[in-house]
Amino acid sequence: MTTTTDVRTLTYREAVREAIRHAMQTDERVFLMGEDIGMYGGCYAVSKGLLDEFGPERIRDTPLSEAGFVGAGIGAALGGMRPIVELMTINFSLLALDQIVNTAALYLHMSGGQFNVPVVIRMPTGAGRQVAAQHSHSFESWYANVPGLKVASPATIEDARWMLWTALEDPDPVVIFEHVGLYAMSGELGNDAGPTPLDGAAVRRSGSDVTIVTYGGNVPKALSAADSLADDGISAEVLDLRMLRPLDTGSILYSVSRTHRLVVVDEAWKSVSVAAEVIASVAEHALWELDAPPARVCTVEAPIPYAQHMEEAALPQPAGIVRAVKSVLGR
Amino acid sequence: MNTDREHLIDLLRAMVRIRRFEERCAELYQAEKIRGFLHLYIGEEAVAVGVMSALRPDDAVVATYREHGHALAKGVEAGPIMAEMYGKLEGTSRGRGGSMHLFDAEHRFYGGNAIVAGGLPLAVGLALADHMMDRDRVSVVFFGEGAMAEGEFHEALNLASLWNLPVLFCCENNLYAMGTALERSQAQTQLALRASAYGVSAWAVDGMDVMAVEEAAVRAVEGVRAGGGPHFLEFQTYRFRPHSMFDPELYRDKAEVAAWKERDPIPALEQHLRALDLITDADMAEMEAAVAAEVDAAVAFAEAGTWESVDDLTRFVHSEEVSV
Repeated sequence: MTTTTDVRTLTYREAVREAIRHAMQTDERVFLMGEDIGMYGGCYAVSKGLLDEFGPERIRDTPLSEAGFVGAGIGAALGGMRPIVELMTINFSLLALDQIVNTAALYLHMSGGQFNVPVVIRMPTGAGRQVAAQHSHSFESWYANVPGLKVASPATIEDARWMLWTALEDPDPVVIFEHVGLYAMSGELGNDAGPTPLDGAAVRRSGSDVTIVTYGGNVPKALSAADSLADDGISAEVLDLRMLRPLDTGSILYSVSRTHRLVVVDEAWKSVSVAAEVIASVAEHALWELDAPPARVCTVEAPIPYAQHMEEAALPQPAGIVRAVKSVLGR
Repeated sequence: MNTDREHLIDLLRAMVRIRRFEERCAELYQAEKIRGFLHLYIGEEAVAVGVMSALRPDDAVVATYREHGHALAKGVEAGPIMAEMYGKLEGTSRGRGGSMHLFDAEHRFYGGNAIVAGGLPLAVGLALADHMMDRDRVSVVFFGEGAMAEGEFHEALNLASLWNLPVLFCCENNLYAMGTALERSQAQTQLALRASAYGVSAWAVDGMDVMAVEEAAVRAVEGVRAGGGPHFLEFQTYRFRPHSMFDPELYRDKAEVAAWKERDPIPALEQHLRALDLITDADMAEMEAAVAAEVDAAVAFAEAGTWESVDDLTRFVHSEEVSV
């Protein structure tokens, strides 16, 4: 029986902040570095209060130099620290791609196993806040394409609280994507929750008629769609990928082999997306398990507009997920 | 500065060692023992030798794709360097990096970074770790003048200066970014002036004079160690060979190359030593013989090396042990 002392309620934002604080209290090698994380408190207020607690050496405000400070984080990791580098948003991470790909991801292999890079790079991702095309990207698949990186996409309060811990224990670079639509989400966290491995998808809702595979900010949308579908007598399973690299193909195949139908929801543009990779994996390994062609619900292939009705139309929405599921079920 | 006979001969030997090693590399490239890109440092040896002479073993070096000389001068053995160019398992990077990606953790040699200016933020981070862990070490990064047009150069200098980090920025100005001359690509060609805009102590040095290089590096490293923040040195130098083995050298004339060869740092130091009667023909012959033997041994080591099993292709994509 669950009692009030077994769980507490907090927001996703608070969970990430608690994770950072916990890591910094536990390991003096851990520090946070990024734009406006200190005096300002973080663009999304994740690090609010941490400057007062830990001081400017360990809550290190940086200039607007994404390649510079991400590279410095990588160098500090090579030098024995455990940096958490925060990029203000995924949109600006493109300015640091060289360092993330050409240095962080390659150094261990290219050096013949000599130089591992224990850096954690966090960044908000996604759209839905009417901030227009240049601030609404979902490029998780770009990072998930690169061997040497691990790519995490926490979608729940528990993962927001505990994935960082495991990422910091990892000897290699881990990129963590936090969807902007999740920060204000409130939920319960079990007091017995603890470090979570950086592998494995998680079934967020069990079902038998169709598997909805998704991740990050679209997990709540998929769950909402599954609620609607239940009203229509359709039992949808929602599988949260959690990790985009390595991709937990086993859990995808296991679910599909029971439901025999697949819908993938991904806020990226459809072409060459994580959704494409999920479907390719199923086609390679379990094509004959499918009773119908799979479907993808992705962002319309156009820059994301400012106007609210246009942005809503561009992005995956529960109603669209419901339609895709019914289509796959022939209903 | 140290003008002992032994020390000057050490500097000469270090330069000759790099020169002969790379001359052999060029031959081995023609013989197709070495493939891919091969960027020779011939002509610029005084820079790596003079700077390394000012460092301690636990200081870090980040270099570029033209880094054979830096690796040798930092103490990496010739055999594993040559084996790396052969693509052999016994190479510095298991044969995975080749000429451009020499690495050696033991000597704190962090590559072999073949993205122009990519190594600068890395060096800033190494220095940040030293600063935060209160370690008395210097991080030295080498880059060409072409890197000074990259954003990462400016970001790295600003960060290092803002945080007063122990970094020595060593610009090897050989006048050409591959085939593009400095004055054709950068508005302000007074490089130290540009670095000093970030509040960094910066000055230009004759990069063809190993003693001048060493003197400047000693002064700069002392400044860094004393808490004076990052320093920047522009070494004015010249590569005698093409940019890489694929370069037809259409962008510079032979007279210019010949004029710079007149300033070759190796004969310059040798003549200096001879003028002071500090070195004899016999000394030179002995030095050349010892260097030739070392290069021969490096080639033999590489020839005798083995190929990494293709079964290991995905080894070290991630670490094999969790080193918490």
